[in-house]
Amino acid sequence: MTSSTPRAAAGATDADAAEGRVYTVSGEDWDEIIAAANEARDFEHGERIVINMGPQHPSTHGVLRLVLTLEGETVVEVRPSIGYLHTGIEKNMEYRTWTQGVTFCTRADYLMPLFNEAAYCLGVERLLGIEDKVPERAQIIRVLLLEINRISSHLGGIAPMGLELGATTIYTQGARLRERVLDLLELITGLRMNHAFIRPGGVAQDLPPGALEAIRAFLESGPELVRQLRTLIDANTIFVGRNKGVAYLDLAACMALGITGPVLRSTGLPWDLRKSQPYCGYESYEFDVPVNDMGDAYGRYLIRMDEIEQSMRIIGQCADRLAARGSPGPDKDPVMIRDAKVGWPAQLSLGPDGLGPSPEHIKHIMGQSMEALIHHFKLITEGFRVPAGQVYAAVESPRGELGAHVVSDGTTRPYRVHLRDPSFTHLQSVAAMCEGGMIADLIPAIASLDPVMGGVDR
Amino acid sequence: MSGPEETPKAKPEETHGSQAPQGPVPPAAPGPEPAAPGSEAAAPGPESDGNLPARLGEERLAEPVVRTGMFGVQGTPDTSGYGLLRVHQLPAIESPRPYGSYFDEVADALGGALEAAGVGFSDAIERVIADRGELTFYVRRERLPEVAAKFRDDPALRFELCSGVSGVHYPEDTGRELHAVYHLLSITHNRRVRLEVSAPDADPHIPSLVAVYPTNNWHERETWDFFGIIFDGHPALTRIQMPDDWKGHPQRKDYPLGGIPVEYRGAKIPPPEERRHYS
Repeated sequence: MTSSTPRAAAGATDADAAEGRVYTVSGEDWDEIIAAANEARDFEHGERIVINMGPQHPSTHGVLRLVLTLEGETVVEVRPSIGYLHTGIEKNMEYRTWTQGVTFCTRADYLMPLFNEAAYCLGVERLLGIEDKVPERAQIIRVLLLEINRISSHLGGIAPMGLELGATTIYTQGARLRERVLDLLELITGLRMNHAFIRPGGVAQDLPPGALEAIRAFLESGPELVRQLRTLIDANTIFVGRNKGVAYLDLAACMALGITGPVLRSTGLPWDLRKSQPYCGYESYEFDVPVNDMGDAYGRYLIRMDEIEQSMRIIGQCADRLAARGSPGPDKDPVMIRDAKVGWPAQLSLGPDGLGPSPEHIKHIMGQSMEALIHHFKLITEGFRVPAGQVYAAVESPRGELGAHVVSDGTTRPYRVHLRDPSFTHLQSVAAMCEGGMIADLIPAIASLDPVMGGVDR
Repeated sequence: MSGPEETPKAKPEETHGSQAPQGPVPPAAPGPEPAAPGSEAAAPGPESDGNLPARLGEERLAEPVVRTGMFGVQGTPDTSGYGLLRVHQLPAIESPRPYGSYFDEVADALGGALEAAGVGFSDAIERVIADRGELTFYVRRERLPEVAAKFRDDPALRFELCSGVSGVHYPEDTGRELHAVYHLLSITHNRRVRLEVSAPDADPHIPSLVAVYPTNNWHERETWDFFGIIFDGHPALTRIQMPDDWKGHPQRKDYPLGGIPVEYRGAKIPPPEERRHYS
């Protein structure tokens, strides 16, 4: 049934909340609504309707809520509303030790957990003044993991983008490749996400046996899968039609809105922190920064695809370096800083009763050295102290500049950790990209930013 | 938000302050919102109970856990030697010249730009700290938009990109409890600087930088949401992460974590904020 009583109808309980005419839609009554609207001559005045898209919507890339003001199919105003995934990660970190903080910040942007860890750990290391004491093997493993994670994150952006546009095959093909990448991460860190693997001072463990072989196998089969995916998407008429010229954002807008990453590089500026402000030894790797000047959703897609290929190059170099070093063991080639006041005393190993410190270490602390036992106990339960001060450490995440503002007051817990998340910053540009366009273009626009709500809301 | 009603802790003589437009909704019970002496807008005083979640039990306020150190050892040197590791110091109050790296160049350029605008360097900048390879300008809050505009526009500075604002709450830093920290990035020169502005709890106002760096729009909303810093001149300073009707500003140090004890195989593990800690 349709009722067109102004400012009072079933469904709108608060008369003040309803502006103008209220229509009660009960399904299969479009004819009546159109007739009623025509009768009221609303269309002559260009009636605007406000609809809520999300937070539970398959095309909003997560629990993002968009408040849309529409004139027909034209988006007049779009207001992103966030906060549906706020979990208080930053607050929680203030109540754990510096090492435990990794476990929390890894859950912020869940598609790029290792980047969250890296930004935070680089901050802690700079506070401790141990940046140049982190072992080289740990830095290589970090770069290896970051680049593997970059591939999985980009695929986690591209594949759902296809799905949101209605192309299931793009999703399944992208997800197939992403599974391979996640298998690698699982082999190395034990988990597909929320790794907590990069720790202040190094990484949690050395590569497991067989990891290098698995990486080599991936580097052999991966490029072919990427090529297949590109064959499917790159020149796909529908995909190009939906993305080309859509969600345009130029360099000036990116600067004003603080946008970095693939979105910035799609405006023609080759800005990549791995090149301009290298960390973890990125300056010693050979890779290119993909860039184009399309400035639209399609350009961002191309950059992500090109970056996947560049990441594979870096992974290959990491594998070469690790292979050249061999595996002489934690004493000769450690993955954790040698400073006993910071680095954990033992490597984990699998014993008959599960995962735990290595048997030699247990023998040492339980049978030989009381001091070593105390040291172990204190370091694990109390943690290390970090000199007071504040730093800002930034890494080039798949989405752009991910910064960690880390403040210490000289105690064993972070005083304040703030993650400057690129998704959060980038979502502000939705209005600039979409207002005045069609509602259908909203979907590729948001997908091209690749926001991850875990990072937006933290 | 259906816990026991809060008991107002405000003293009876304190007057009922009018709400700032974006302030939290006052409770139906006599709201403990003392007007801060000397604050023009009579903003919700952060000292008030308005900053505490409604669900907070009274008993937890009455009996805070005061357990520090190990095994009850108080004031004596720790036998493990770990106590000697403690480096509890505030960062350098002010760094002497030269700061090193590109920092002197940036400071000189800023001084020149400010002077050209008829502002003395020390009128705008309280102090400068170069620490751990990072440069921090402590800006007087009334000069913040001016200084930020100089950082953005001056050809020798050209800090085009602002990485947003991060709040920090120092309750013991009397008179300057709330800090807003801005990280600027110059793509032209490949440099970074940090601007830090402070405001007292009693008058938590800092000028907005949205006009200079539009990207700060959401970042300032987040900092208002989490710390209660009111950014004057912000186009729509509303909550962004917490629900619109949330009470309090969760990232402040006087706002409890709100953890609940977890029971595991008969043993009760206290919430993280009540566990023993060592610092």
